[in-house]
Amino acid sequence: MTAETGIGARVKRKEDQRFLTGTGRYVDDLPLARATYAYFLRSPHAHAKIKSIDVSAAKAMPGVVDIFTGKDIADAKVGGLICGWVVKDKHGEPHKAPPHPVMALDTVRYVGDTVAMIVANTHDEAKDAAEAIKVDYDVKPANVDLARALDKGAPEVHAAEAPGNLIYDWEIGVKADVDAAFAKAAHVTKIDIVNNRLIPNAMEPRAAAAEYDKGTGNYTLWSTSQNPHVLRLILSAFVLGIPEHKLRVIAPDVGGGFGSKIFCYNEETMVTWAASRVGRPIKWTAERSESFMTDAHGRDHVTHAELALDKDGKFLALKVETIANMGAYLSTFSTAVPTYLYATLLAGQYTTPVIYANVKAALTHTAPVDAYRGAGRPEATFVIESIVSKAAKELKMDTADLRRKNFIPKEAFPYQTPVALQYDSGNYPPIIDEAIKIADYKGFEGRRAEAKSRGKLRGIGFSSYIEACGLAPSQVIGQLGGGVGQWESAQLKFNPTGNVQILTGAHSHGQSHETTFAQLISDKLGVPFENIEVVHGDTATTPFGMGSYGSRSLAVGGSAIMKAADKIIAKGRRIAAHLMEADVADIEFENGTFKVKGTDKNVPLAQAVFAAYVPHNYPLHELEPGMDENAFYDPANFVYPAGTQICEVEIDPDTGVVEVVNHTAVDDFGNIINPMIVEGQVHGGIVQGVGQALLENAVYDKETGQLVSGSYMDYTMPRADDVPSFKLGYKVTPCPHNPLGVKGCGEAGAIAAPAAVMNAVHDALAPLGVTHVPMPATPLSVWQTIQGAQRKAAE
Amino acid sequence: MYDFAYHRPKSLSEAVGLLKGKDEARPMSGGMTLIPTLKQRLARPSDVVDLGGVKELAGIKVEGNNVVIGGMTRHAEVATSADVKNAIPALAYLAGHIGDPQVRNRGTMGGSVANNDPAADYPAAVVALNATVTTNTGKHAADSFFKGLFETALGEGELITSISFPKAEKAAYIKFPNPASRYAMVGVFVAKTASGVRVAVTGAGPCVFRVKAMEDALSKNFSSAAIKDIKIPADGLNSDIHGSAEYRAHLVGVMARRAVDAANK
Ligand SMILES: Cc1cc2nc3c(=O)[nH]c(=O)nc-3n(C[C@H](O)[C@H](O)[C@H](O)COP(=O)(O)OP(=O)(O)OC[C@H]3O[C@@H](n4cnc5c(N)ncnc54)[C@H](O)[C@@H]3O)c2cc1C
Repeated sequence: MTAETGIGARVKRKEDQRFLTGTGRYVDDLPLARATYAYFLRSPHAHAKIKSIDVSAAKAMPGVVDIFTGKDIADAKVGGLICGWVVKDKHGEPHKAPPHPVMALDTVRYVGDTVAMIVANTHDEAKDAAEAIKVDYDVKPANVDLARALDKGAPEVHAAEAPGNLIYDWEIGVKADVDAAFAKAAHVTKIDIVNNRLIPNAMEPRAAAAEYDKGTGNYTLWSTSQNPHVLRLILSAFVLGIPEHKLRVIAPDVGGGFGSKIFCYNEETMVTWAASRVGRPIKWTAERSESFMTDAHGRDHVTHAELALDKDGKFLALKVETIANMGAYLSTFSTAVPTYLYATLLAGQYTTPVIYANVKAALTHTAPVDAYRGAGRPEATFVIESIVSKAAKELKMDTADLRRKNFIPKEAFPYQTPVALQYDSGNYPPIIDEAIKIADYKGFEGRRAEAKSRGKLRGIGFSSYIEACGLAPSQVIGQLGGGVGQWESAQLKFNPTGNVQILTGAHSHGQSHETTFAQLISDKLGVPFENIEVVHGDTATTPFGMGSYGSRSLAVGGSAIMKAADKIIAKGRRIAAHLMEADVADIEFENGTFKVKGTDKNVPLAQAVFAAYVPHNYPLHELEPGMDENAFYDPANFVYPAGTQICEVEIDPDTGVVEVVNHTAVDDFGNIINPMIVEGQVHGGIVQGVGQALLENAVYDKETGQLVSGSYMDYTMPRADDVPSFKLGYKVTPCPHNPLGVKGCGEAGAIAAPAAVMNAVHDALAPLGVTHVPMPATPLSVWQTIQGAQRKAAE
Repeated sequence: MYDFAYHRPKSLSEAVGLLKGKDEARPMSGGMTLIPTLKQRLARPSDVVDLGGVKELAGIKVEGNNVVIGGMTRHAEVATSADVKNAIPALAYLAGHIGDPQVRNRGTMGGSVANNDPAADYPAAVVALNATVTTNTGKHAADSFFKGLFETALGEGELITSISFPKAEKAAYIKFPNPASRYAMVGVFVAKTASGVRVAVTGAGPCVFRVKAMEDALSKNFSSAAIKDIKIPADGLNSDIHGSAEYRAHLVGVMARRAVDAANK
């Protein structure tokens, strides 16, 4: 009955009906009676003292309801925004925690920093009034160059709380062991790389709407959040002091997040706070330029790394030095990204016995930087896979062979890496073999020669990634300084007529939970797919949960759903035993039906549910009525998806244009619930990875600190015609510690792709003597690289 | 956007009348440039005169040796017009590579040429084909129409009514799109018409310009080999995060050679 809608089926997405017909309901769609509109006046300077703000003329403008500045916020004792992860530096000291006021008080620290909030009857009136606010700035020198941010004399972002712009100087691994291994190395490969800064660009800009009910004292906040409960917790416990039970956070349909909507931002905080002040609902939706300026950005590392190898190409040790950009304020999970989500992944798929990483987190006069699709793991993969490919070139070894030689063997799992993580499962050689087969690696030199006859430089690049996701075992997170638990919740609420709601603490903003989760229950309980509704995103209706990020929804949230389903089955068996006058021990559950072992007596689940709600013939003396079970699931470990991507590019040496002509990805995501949805996740991830490798770059002007790439005129988003049709494959080693045997698939594409593409670019240009191409490999940068190589060759 | 009065005249004379005597009246054709400017509050016109209903401005005609394209003609119409494809396929190709389908279905030739964005495609065609820009008050030769960055010979209240393009014996346009905006980072239109060979470059400088050295070489020998050693000076060319002046100068050479090859096909 449920094979077409169960685990493994390519069920079409339920949610697409409304998304594709324009009937989704997003925060901005919300009709709120008597609504007012907020507009935020933002700093035009990267760094300035606010000498004075005069709002008097603006307050008198038509339609203006109220205007708030940093002083009003400070007077009202609104708390600052928090960083929820305490990273201890190499001396055991907690990271520096400069204040993050929801509105700038006397200093602005990046272009886009919030200076005033105007609330008016219409959006346009709010904007008109913003133009009438007079701010007297004393402009100061800005520090936006990450490589120089920690230098002596660099302008300081928070001089008092974080002298020298240093948030932490953190390390992992034993340096002496690594140094000793390097001393014995036959070969050392070195790289200097920049992991370019990215702007997330979710299709739906951030938005918030809030209402205060004077009668009950309850607040409701509608927000484009990936994790409404976490947002409520932060706002309640740290920022606004509204008790959790008096604040309802609703994240309705949300058009993409990619991490940028995990965090607690000033605008939603201000909108909630001001709703009670003005006594009317307030709505705010970011304009696209505001999204560019103020959404937390991603990546932005400067790294030097060295890999020591023996004479046969065995990796002996890896040494990594990274400066990570935090921006001007510490966003919600910013400190964890370049440490526990980055350096702990530096073993990759390899047996490198000793690894040392030193990460310095630096403040700059730029937008806050935080988790963005992959969060730390793309950066780690880029380091490892770049250096491994470079080592293969230097040693004149086949790039796939060098990887194979160093893969963790299948027998070694569970495998303890030298950088804290213990990989639970995996089998890497069949993955690379499959990728090589799909990509026709053997035929590559022929294709390279053919391309050459057309004047094109063709190259091939590998990226064998591993990532840790399915965030996360709570106690490990706690030991590492994380401020929250990382379990997930589920509630299975049957209705008397037999249909069921799956309430989840996870949140779907593109990931297709409404389909995938329904498949789990259709499969497990035999409920017809159309009788299942997935409910998410509302703190008033769903159990407390941690939301969606870090490819956790299925591995953690799905596991919670399975646990709740087990409870439904357990209860159903007792009801069925009663109805069939049989022993509970003799009741089996199969295809949605309870049966008495060895007989043809049966009770369908729907009948047991009905009996539970209309308990006329029911064991009330020993069983509660109702069919409504919840479960919380805390994972035993991270999950460890792994895979190999192979990219082939062609470069036009006359223009520097790089074309991705082939791209193969073979992944181990454990068991797969809906292959079509997984393919969609991988496709999207690869496109974002290609975007990082070839197109996207957040650029601040080094002198003025202005965001140069502040619109689509200058920020290059990947488009459909920038990528070929992808070739995908799977290998499955089920996750041994969650009930579904699943690993995450949401970030893998974006994690692996940048290195695959950049390695292909390097391979294509290697015949010209090129050893380094900066990322992104834009036409300009490739052309300049070729020019440089030709000049060098001519010398 | 700021408030303004909106008008939708039915005739050219009505439109011209509406533009007169206002604080700051702006004509609007496709609105693809004007509306974003208004939304970003970068302009504050008192009146917007929508030319969409003005019949005299629409349509494509062949008049003798010329293709005459009305100011309100959308890019998509130029791209798909049998007359344009027949007479000057390079012009149809150019129009088909402006922006995206939405932009091509709204944006117009008059609006684009009047706006004279340094990265717009049409100016290269107008100059290379030695077209004539007709307005409600007179005619402008291509060479004297484009004056500089967003600057044209159009006077106060003067409207482009049509542009007349002479048929070309050979012509091609090759564009190197800006990776982000996909406007022309460098676009080269090469044409051989009754008035000789012309090479017009858009995107590279503050305003469309001709490359005399290439025109001379191609007049003698219309082949890409004839211009392969001609270097374009980088001085005065645009420079931004997508392309340095040197890179743009280099691309002018590459695009010009490819355009000549395409024109010879
Ligand atoms: C996403 C996007 C991508 C684009 N990509 C490209 C591209 O690749 N290449 C390219 O060339 N262009 C591109 N454009 C610009 C597009 O071609 C515009 O349509 C064009 O530049 C302006 O034409 P319009 O009809 O929309 O003019 P409008 O926006 O209506 O007007 C533009 C200006 O011209 C004035 N004006 C309008 N009509 C007349 C007239 N008849 N006489 C005198 N003045 C007039 C207006 O007052 C205004 O100042 C793009 C635009 C967008 C939004």
